[in-house]
Amino acid sequence: MKSNVDNAKPTVADFTSDQEVRWCPGCGDYSILKAVRKTMAEAGVLRENTVVISGIGCAARFPYYVDCYGFHTIHGRAPTIATGALLANPDLDVWIATGDGDALSIGGNHMMHILRRNVNCNIVLFNNAIYGLTKGQYSPTSRQNTISPSSPVGSLDSPLNATHLALGSGARFVARAVDNQQVQLASILKAAHEHKGASFVEVFQNCHVFNDHVFADFTARDKVADNQIQIENGEKLLYGSEKEKGLRLDPDTLELVACAAGEGVLRHNSTSRTLAMTLADMDAGRPVATGVLYNNPAPVYQNAVHEQIAMAKRRRKTRTIQDVMNEGYTWKV
Amino acid sequence: MDNPNLAIADSNRQERETIVVRFAGDSGDGIQIIGGQLGLASALEGNDLATFPDYPSEVRAPTGSTFGVWAYQLHFGGRPIKTVGVEPDMLVALHPAALKTNLPLLRKGGIVLVDIGSFTKRNLKKAGYESSPLEDENLKDYQVFSPDMSKLTLESVAAIDLSKKDSLRSKNFWALGMVFWMFDRSLVNTCDWLRAKFIKTPLLADGNIAALKAGHAFGETIEASGDMAGYVVPSIVMESGVYRSVTGSETIAWGLAAAAELAERQLVFASYPITPSTPVLHHLAKLKDLGVVTFQAEDEIAAMGAAIGAAWAGAFGATASSGPGIALKQEAIALAVSAELPVVVVNTQRAGPSTGLPTKTEQSDLYQAVFGRHGDAPIPVLAARSPQDCFDCAIDAARIALTYMTPVILLTDGFIANASGPWQVPDMDALPKIDVRNHIETEGFHPMQRNPETLARVWPVPGTPGLEHRIGGIEKDFETGHISYDPKNHQKMTDIRSKKIDVISQLLAPLEVDLGEEGADVAVVTWGSTYGPASRAVTEMQANGHSVAHVHLRYLYPFAPNQHELMSTFKRILVPEMNTGQLITLMRNQLCPPVTGLSKITGRPFLIREIRAAILTELEAVK
Repeated sequence: MKSNVDNAKPTVADFTSDQEVRWCPGCGDYSILKAVRKTMAEAGVLRENTVVISGIGCAARFPYYVDCYGFHTIHGRAPTIATGALLANPDLDVWIATGDGDALSIGGNHMMHILRRNVNCNIVLFNNAIYGLTKGQYSPTSRQNTISPSSPVGSLDSPLNATHLALGSGARFVARAVDNQQVQLASILKAAHEHKGASFVEVFQNCHVFNDHVFADFTARDKVADNQIQIENGEKLLYGSEKEKGLRLDPDTLELVACAAGEGVLRHNSTSRTLAMTLADMDAGRPVATGVLYNNPAPVYQNAVHEQIAMAKRRRKTRTIQDVMNEGYTWKV
Repeated sequence: MDNPNLAIADSNRQERETIVVRFAGDSGDGIQIIGGQLGLASALEGNDLATFPDYPSEVRAPTGSTFGVWAYQLHFGGRPIKTVGVEPDMLVALHPAALKTNLPLLRKGGIVLVDIGSFTKRNLKKAGYESSPLEDENLKDYQVFSPDMSKLTLESVAAIDLSKKDSLRSKNFWALGMVFWMFDRSLVNTCDWLRAKFIKTPLLADGNIAALKAGHAFGETIEASGDMAGYVVPSIVMESGVYRSVTGSETIAWGLAAAAELAERQLVFASYPITPSTPVLHHLAKLKDLGVVTFQAEDEIAAMGAAIGAAWAGAFGATASSGPGIALKQEAIALAVSAELPVVVVNTQRAGPSTGLPTKTEQSDLYQAVFGRHGDAPIPVLAARSPQDCFDCAIDAARIALTYMTPVILLTDGFIANASGPWQVPDMDALPKIDVRNHIETEGFHPMQRNPETLARVWPVPGTPGLEHRIGGIEKDFETGHISYDPKNHQKMTDIRSKKIDVISQLLAPLEVDLGEEGADVAVVTWGSTYGPASRAVTEMQANGHSVAHVHLRYLYPFAPNQHELMSTFKRILVPEMNTGQLITLMRNQLCPPVTGLSKITGRPFLIREIRAAILTELEAVK
């Protein structure tokens, strides 16, 4: 949203509302809030054109904490409200703050459709793999056998891969980040904000009250190097503390497999959906991919809607509703 | 060919005040087209009229099957026409199944026109006839004309270079020609219409015109033989102006677009396809050049969400659906109540519950509209009474929504949406503007500031510098607009939402007696499409000297300010409804004279005689 730029560059404080933040102390949401405010300030956006829309859940409290326009709506429906607002005013700079239950369970349908339509907005998915606000039930991204109040002997459902869902829905910008990797998170949010169209950023976010350390196997300080691969467009897919390991494509299985840094390591191409899908697929034994997996812009929905209107207006310059009603077969009495 | 107007007024013709004609055939037979042409021809003869298409939910059922029969009924005459009529005077059945399914509706002694050419063994079997009904006692009570329309149509177009298939497709116009003769309608306009319609394929125009004239000529031979002289229908003096034929779906769409123009706001109309509401979306999608944004959402909830999002961003947000879809929208409607945002929600009611009878009509979503949300979430509810009334009601609903910053439900039904009638095209310049402005004053601003008189919340629109704020479904503080869990504040905000309804009630147009006088022995009180048959029933009872009045409600929640006062003047009240008594429940919340319900839940409108019988019972009770 480059049009939404202030000449006098704002600061993080300009995007901080007067409302006390009410998340649990130590929640991963704080670092996402910090990164979003930073992204807004550094992009120099106008507060009055900036909008945060949310559904329900812990993450959905987000709008109250950002000093711009905010709408805290109903469970799962933030994408619908955002689409309506952008149809009314295509130039608004809209962020959607959503959680795994909000975006992928009750609001799964809307998520799919806002992505395929490519409505210009930034969707930040706070994935903590648990229902926090309702006190700890398993969520659609919870791993199988999650013990929770609603699954005392373990959850049976297979977890949903949010990044896969986004890619499969036709999203044109799909990224993954980790709440406590602030530098990478901020740079991903910056890229998401610059992307024109629906940007989908899945943030692995720790809920230390109900689901502590759920992502620790690839986010803990001593695990990041070996169990997470931070990808950059055009760069080799390397990981390990000395970048001594890499990923290459196995031509027989069409799978990414671990290899030594020198052995035909693949370079990331963020315009390849196939590669993004394959990267999003990795777990169990292979490093979890974070970074911008896919970035391949396409026409923006709300602009196309208004272009159709502008074209119709050019064709029939002066028609009013009175003319419409007088058209066709009429007779005088 | 040079003089297509072959109709000559004939003194032998019988005069009839009104006539009801019903056309029936397969979906591909062009039933609706010839019905529409008879309507236009009748309007041009100076008749008032009402029409209604009666179609099955199957898109294209197997040809000749009883469950695939489409019908189109038309009532025209020399007095104000308020219903599509009961007991057709004439049935045009293009095949045996059409005869089988529609004959029971026909008035005894009525006219039947069938195509004997379609009475093949195969078609008779499909219709469930063991032998031809033309050869047994089935039709003895009717005047039957059974020409071989298929053959006569082929003969009439033989000189025109058309395929056999195209030639046979003119059969509907042959039938229309015969009907035009029967009721003394001019052919001129239909010939012009055909030429315009088939301007790129003039042979098709020629074929249909030839068939139309042949059908008409067939009528003249009947006349010449002395069997029958046809009918004449007197004309009526209509208010002078420009008229056109409209359906309720068109007038809803145009009313919403007109309201947007009056409010100088962009209309964002979001909707998900559902029978019988979908045509509203179709009509609005054609108005892009007026700046109308239409959005076909992924589901009903998304449509409601988008309308609310658009309203929040400063547009006039609206949506339309039917009962099951409205049920899905209700959670979001309550958000619009809480956030005090203006949206118009149109419910084109259909017979429920669940899928029910999706192409049939009912008035059973009144409870849903008034009571169907969680929490104390009162919103105004209006209902339109006819296709023509939808335009005014849509503007009225928009005016209330935008003036008071509230969602509004406007009820129509499948009958109103699909029925058509002549409509005097309104003059936009004569309609008052809807003066609602965005809030721009930053001094002392908070998002729940409100107008002390209307109680309307301010409308601070994203994009306005200095008014950045957060709002949502959590209770908001009356003084600051911040989220508040304070018990006293919740009481106050709930009271304000309820008070807003009271304020709206005080400013609604007062209720007037539609027919008859205040203080009548019996008042028939109606809402929605029950208007037509009730009005006619009351007119007929009054003609017989009974003390009966008709009161019709547009405002169902809240009621008009004087409703209680007016109702108190009557001795008894009869409320006919196409539900089990939903308006009665609302009326009983106010003190009023004894109220009796008359329920009909068959998917079909009331018959006038059904309401007359109920009025008689009420009159007995007064004695």
